[in-house]
Amino acid sequence: MSAGELAIETRGLTKVFGRQRAVDSIDLTVPRGSVFGFLGPNGSGKTTTIRVLLGLASATSGEVRLLDGEMPDDARAVLPRVGALVEGPAIYPFLSGRANLQRFDAADRRTDPATRSRRVDEALERVGLSHAAKKRAHAYSLGMKQRLGIANALLAPRDLLILDEPTNGLDPQGTREVRSLIRSLSDDGTTVFVSSHLLAEVEQMCTRIAVMSAGRLVAQGTLDELRSGGTARVRVTTPDAAEARRVLTGLGLTPEPHGHDDVVTAELSVAGLQPETVNAALVRAEVRVRGFEARGASLEDRFVALTGEGFDVAG
Amino acid sequence: MPAESAATHAPRTGGSLGLTLVVSEVAVLFRRLRTWAMIGALALIPILIAVVVRVSSDESSSGRGPAFLNSITQNGLFVSLTALTVAIPLFLPLTIGVVAGDTIAGEANLGTLRYLLVAPAGRIRLLLVKYAGAALFCFVATLTVVVTGAVVGALLFPVGPVTLLSGATVGIPGYFARLLLLALYVTVSLLGLSAIGLFISTLTSVPVGAMAATAALAVIAQILGALPQLEWLHPWLFTHHWLGFADLLREPIVWTSFADNALLQFGYIAVFGALAYGRFSTKDILS
Repeated sequence: MSAGELAIETRGLTKVFGRQRAVDSIDLTVPRGSVFGFLGPNGSGKTTTIRVLLGLASATSGEVRLLDGEMPDDARAVLPRVGALVEGPAIYPFLSGRANLQRFDAADRRTDPATRSRRVDEALERVGLSHAAKKRAHAYSLGMKQRLGIANALLAPRDLLILDEPTNGLDPQGTREVRSLIRSLSDDGTTVFVSSHLLAEVEQMCTRIAVMSAGRLVAQGTLDELRSGGTARVRVTTPDAAEARRVLTGLGLTPEPHGHDDVVTAELSVAGLQPETVNAALVRAEVRVRGFEARGASLEDRFVALTGEGFDVAG
Repeated sequence: MPAESAATHAPRTGGSLGLTLVVSEVAVLFRRLRTWAMIGALALIPILIAVVVRVSSDESSSGRGPAFLNSITQNGLFVSLTALTVAIPLFLPLTIGVVAGDTIAGEANLGTLRYLLVAPAGRIRLLLVKYAGAALFCFVATLTVVVTGAVVGALLFPVGPVTLLSGATVGIPGYFARLLLLALYVTVSLLGLSAIGLFISTLTSVPVGAMAATAALAVIAQILGALPQLEWLHPWLFTHHWLGFADLLREPIVWTSFADNALLQFGYIAVFGALAYGRFSTKDILS
C-alpha cells in the first residue's frame, strides 16, 4: 500500500517513560476511508500512541505519518484536517457548551471566524446537544461532556477522526447514536480511527482492527483476517460424556474439563478436521448426541488469546 | 474515494493573524468568577483606605502609615496613590501570581491544553497569547486600584489641583494623566513577574502550585531587597523598582526610573520567556 493511501502510518514507533516501554516499536497502517478499531486492554498503550500521533507527546524513536505529513514537523498543516477526542473530553466548566467549542475553534488560526457560530451549532446539533448549548458545562452529565468532546472533533470537515473511547460514559441510546454517526462520517469519506477496549463495539463498527497488548501491536488486519487466525470449536451435549471424550481423543482432539457433566468441548485443533466428521464419529460410536455445535473463532477468543486472560491492567 | 477528500477539506490558507485566540483568551479570563473576585478585592483597597481615613480624619496620626496617607484629607486624589503603594508589595503580586501561574498549568489541569494544541493552536503562539492575557490582567488590576481610588477619593474628600513632589502644581486633568502613567509604570513592573509565572506554569499541571510559587517569589525578592548585606544583588531583583514611581510625580517628569525598570523587566521577560519556550515547546502533554 503506498503512502498516499494511508491515513496513519507509523514505523517502529516507540515511547519510553522512564524504564517502561509504553509503546514498543509499533507499525500501524490505517488505510484511508477505513473505520479502524484500535483495541487493547486498559494500559496497553493506546492513548499514549494517540498522543504521539497527534504530536502531544514526542516519540522516543520511530516515525509517524498522518495524512500527507510527518508528525510532529507538519502538525500545523495536518492537524486542522484531523478531529480528535483524546482520553475523554475536557471542558472549561465555567463556560457554556457553545462557548467551549468556540474557544477550541478559535485556537486554530485557520478556521474562519465568520462561519464559527454556524459550525459550532451544527456540531452541537450533530451530537444532540443543541438544547443544552447555553448551559454551563459544569452542569453537564458525563454523557453530555462526552458528546461535547465528539462535537469538538466535528467542528470542521475532517479527513481523519481519531476518537479515543468515544462511547465512554454514554447510555445505550448514546452509544447507538455514536455508532451511526461514525458510520455516516465514514460514508462521507472520513477515515475514522477508534480506540476501544470494548470488543463488541469494534466488531460492530470497524472494517479493520489492530490489537495492542502491553505496548506492542500483536495483530493488525481486517476483521475476517483476525477471526481466521483463531481455531473453531465444537461443543457436544450428551449423557455419554465419558464415551464422547474418548471419541474426541481418538480423533486427535483434546477435550477440555467442563463444569457440566453432560457437555464436552474441544478446539478443532487438528488441521482439516471438519465438524461433521466429528459428529459422524460420535454417532458411529453410539454416543447419544443431544446437541452439537460448531463455532468459528469469535473475536473475543482471539482477543483474549492475543492479550491474555482477565483484562488485567498492564503494569 | 477517500483519497480525494483530503484536498477538498483543505483549510483556509493564510487566515487571520490568529488574534481570535487572544480575544478568546481575554474572554475566558474575564468570564471567570475568580478574576472578578480578585478585581473586586483590589478595588476594596482604596475604598477601605478612603473610608477609614474619612471616618477617623480628626485624629489623624501624622507621619505614620503608608506614603501619601496624610495627604488624603487635603486632597482626595491621593487615595489612588496611597492604595497603589499598599497594593504593590503583596496584593498585586498575589493576583498576578494567580493569573500567570494558571496560564499553562490551568489548561493542563482542565485537560483543555491538549485540545488547544490539537486544534492546533501552536505551542509558541499559545505561550504568547497566554502571556498577553496575563499582561492585560496586570494593566486591568493596576487600573482598578487607580480608578477606584480616584472615584472614592473624589466622593469622600475635597478635590483640587495637586502639589507634586517637586513643588509644582498640576491641575486635575494633568494629575489624571500622571495617574495613568503611574498605572503604566506599575503594569510594566509586574511584567517580569508574569513571565516568571508563565515559566513556572509550564513546569506543572497543578495550577495552585504554580500560583503559590509565583506569589512566593515576589515576596522573597522583596525580602532579599530589604537586606542591606545583599546590596550588590538589589539592582537585579525584579522588585527593585516596584516603588520607584515617585519620579513620575515630579515636574518635569524624570524618566530614569521608568526606563531602568522597563529594561530590567524586559530582561526578565526575555530570560523567563526563553525558559518557558524551551520547556513548553518540547514538553509531552500527558494531562
